Amino acid sequence: MEMILSKNWNVPDQKKIDVAIKNGAYASLKKIFKMKREEVIEEVKNSGLRGRGGAGFATGLKWTFIPKENLSSGRQDKKPVYLINNLDESEPGTFKDRAIVEKDPHMMIEGMIIAAYAIGSHTAYIYIRGEYYKQWEIIEEALQEARKKGFLGKNILGSGFDLDIYQHRGAGAYICGEETALLSSLEGGRGYPRIKPPFPAIAGAWGCPTIVNNTETLANLPFILNEGAAAYKKFGTEKSPGTKLMSASGHINKPGVYEVEMGLPIRTFIEEHLGGVWKNHKLKAVVPGGSSFAPLTAEEAWATNLDFESCAAAGTSLGSGGFYVMDETTCMVRLLCFTSKFYAHESCGQCTPCREGTGWVDQVIKRIEKGHGRERDLQLLQDVCKNMMNGRTICVFADAAAMPVLGFLKKFGKEFEEHVKLGRCPHTVSLRGA
Amino acid sequence: MIKIKINDKELKVAEGTTVLQAALANKIDIPYFCYHKKLSIAGNCRMCLVNIKGQNKPVISCRERVKEGMEVDTKSTEVKKMQQGVLEFVLKNHPLDCPICDQSGECDLQDNYFKFSKFPSRLEDKKIRKPKAKPLGPLVTLDDERCILCTRCVRFCDEVAGTHELCITQRGGHSELTTYPGKPLTNAYSLCTVDVCPVGALTSTDFRFKKRVWFLKTTPSICTGCATGCNIKMDWDDAQVYRYRPRENEAVNQVWMCDEGRLSYKFINENRLFDPLIKKNGEFVKVEWKEAMRESAAILGDTPVASSVIGVLSAQASCEENSALKKFLETLFPKAEFFWTKKEVKNPSHDKFLIDADKNPNSAFLSLLGVGPLEGGPLAKGAIYIILDNLTGKQREALVASKPKKVILFTSNFGDVPLEGGTSPLMWADIILPKPTFAEQEGTFINRQGMTQKAKKAFEPKGHAREIGKVLEELWTTLSPR
Repeated sequence: MEMILSKNWNVPDQKKIDVAIKNGAYASLKKIFKMKREEVIEEVKNSGLRGRGGAGFATGLKWTFIPKENLSSGRQDKKPVYLINNLDESEPGTFKDRAIVEKDPHMMIEGMIIAAYAIGSHTAYIYIRGEYYKQWEIIEEALQEARKKGFLGKNILGSGFDLDIYQHRGAGAYICGEETALLSSLEGGRGYPRIKPPFPAIAGAWGCPTIVNNTETLANLPFILNEGAAAYKKFGTEKSPGTKLMSASGHINKPGVYEVEMGLPIRTFIEEHLGGVWKNHKLKAVVPGGSSFAPLTAEEAWATNLDFESCAAAGTSLGSGGFYVMDETTCMVRLLCFTSKFYAHESCGQCTPCREGTGWVDQVIKRIEKGHGRERDLQLLQDVCKNMMNGRTICVFADAAAMPVLGFLKKFGKEFEEHVKLGRCPHTVSLRGA
Repeated sequence: MIKIKINDKELKVAEGTTVLQAALANKIDIPYFCYHKKLSIAGNCRMCLVNIKGQNKPVISCRERVKEGMEVDTKSTEVKKMQQGVLEFVLKNHPLDCPICDQSGECDLQDNYFKFSKFPSRLEDKKIRKPKAKPLGPLVTLDDERCILCTRCVRFCDEVAGTHELCITQRGGHSELTTYPGKPLTNAYSLCTVDVCPVGALTSTDFRFKKRVWFLKTTPSICTGCATGCNIKMDWDDAQVYRYRPRENEAVNQVWMCDEGRLSYKFINENRLFDPLIKKNGEFVKVEWKEAMRESAAILGDTPVASSVIGVLSAQASCEENSALKKFLETLFPKAEFFWTKKEVKNPSHDKFLIDADKNPNSAFLSLLGVGPLEGGPLAKGAIYIILDNLTGKQREALVASKPKKVILFTSNFGDVPLEGGTSPLMWADIILPKPTFAEQEGTFINRQGMTQKAKKAFEPKGHAREIGKVLEELWTTLSPR
């Protein structure tokens, strides 16, 4: 079955605009410029497209939050509307947007033009992860090509619609992928998340209405507008239509970025797409949505599908599709140690619970892993995590840091207890090697 | 006004207020750190989290505006647990060096811990070390380990001082408060950052380690550093003033004061004149009040009622002191003339906020009396002078040129050169009588806006200084039979 996002990934030189156009890139523009903005939004709403950045919020609905009075043309005092492509992909385990940029950047740019037209934005930004330098170059070149072809700039294809797209490189902070921190950073400030409300759609970049969409979300738009919402809904499940890019890594035979239909059973994904668990080992755990979420035990994983509902029912999340697999030799304490170190390092430090909690959790887990844990540490970890999450902080970073800890403790608590009791790692073969 | 409920207590509060403001106004205690009523809402300390009926997550009360029928919960077990959780986090990397911390005793963190937590520490790991005793500017010293990163000081520099010196660097638990490179904390209000700091992170370099605050007594007073008349809390102990802090007065200084005014307390403690001095054989000699009074009475008693007597009033002195001298002379010598003296500073500091170029606290009162400057004259030759406070150079020249018969000077300080023995810059005076500073007596000052403000007496006059009113009253009693 031909997929939506990756269908041209194997075409040589798909990065080049001439090749891309031959394969259908920018075809949707002629169609949308004949439509009203509202019709474009309606089409996206009907497609059921949900944000691919992790939260899974309905994209079309998000677009409607731009204040209506701001969009009525002819008003002199209306504020500019900004579209932001969130390409600050930094979640451990997630590397799908990078694939879009490297394989088919014009699909993303076309998606941005569609979104910008729908929300009435004439200036769009790509907030790209600072470490993605090569990808920044690819996009820069693609933007230039698109400008030359008249897909960007003034009066695009004679439609009267103007759009400019600029790239803004991040400076290496994971938190800047959080949409309000991204806005602070884009404005030139420190990447601190902002208190919501107001939501960006009301007061975002420079206080103006702003829509922040994930790169993969935007890349879905050309298909939806070309083929129609109904065609899109043929993919996936009822509540999670479409396909999802999964970045698969860990103890599997064929790691990489895969486009799968929403609702694909994890078993099928691992066994058929990923070539099974490596070295004929048994599966121990799967994290389906990136490091911010709880892991699934092998049993749970075999009973779960790759869509938002199924993952949520299993107590985790499809998140951004950072799918990593652990085999039976994995020390889960050691693994959590990496995760908690990451969150302690990346907490922006604005809110007390997150600033202090992430560091504390990291210290305790490190201690347990080294064999210096105490029985009371396990209770302490749970208390600290519960004190961090559920609205205790401005943004959900603290929840993202706490959820994996609680998940690991709940599902692999025995391993933590063993570490405490033995004063060492019980795994003969751990990630550290034999 | 709208109706809300806080912990089942029905309240009527003004629309537009926040839950925290409504609670504080009704004496319901919600702990907080980063909220400051004169600064923007940062919402980062998370100390003021409360539950609101109908909302599935806790909200920060400092930012949540009241709505009709809102039901707020600030002390259920759940909310208490939340508060304890936040306090545990605040204390996680706090050095707990209260025994050597200047803020101890007036620390929001101490207070909130005792009021809302009192739980023992569960920390068994190392704390993060940060810079200690780091000067941020000439007047402010930072102890970064104590900092709870509430950003009140950062917001003060951004929003009130408008100078943007402070920022937070690094991330997470390693976040540090510091100044931008090459931009030390030098604004004219830098010590206000120490006021707004809820903990002992920002300390006044001047006050640091000088006194445990629980020994300090506080008297409401007025800053005499300039004509603005900022309302202050004068903190003192054992007849020594240790610091001024701004006292809230929305009409004058809001809750701020300038560094220059704040450090102007030193004259109360230093270079004070404790005893009356009389010039004998070209040298000042320390004498008892009895002798000084006898001498003064003799000078004034010998002076015919119609002869020229000049009173020099002072813009540094209170209305009471000035009025006492004026009334005394007018009664005894109906033809007495009056002039004023003011403290003058070359290139005086001034701005559009609180700092006035006129460095006198009571100039407005002298304007009301309609007297002119001493150097403006004309000064009658061979007059008797009674002077309040030290003269400027020009005034001294004018005085000496008029060849005064006798000069009686009331002053509290002698400047840098001691007066007893040898030559003194005050050799033009014949009798110098020690008066208390405004800290040692009740006084009224009229500021540049024409507002009459009272400075309360903090402690008894130092040394043998006596209030001018009392001295003049006694002189009048001695002289009145004539």
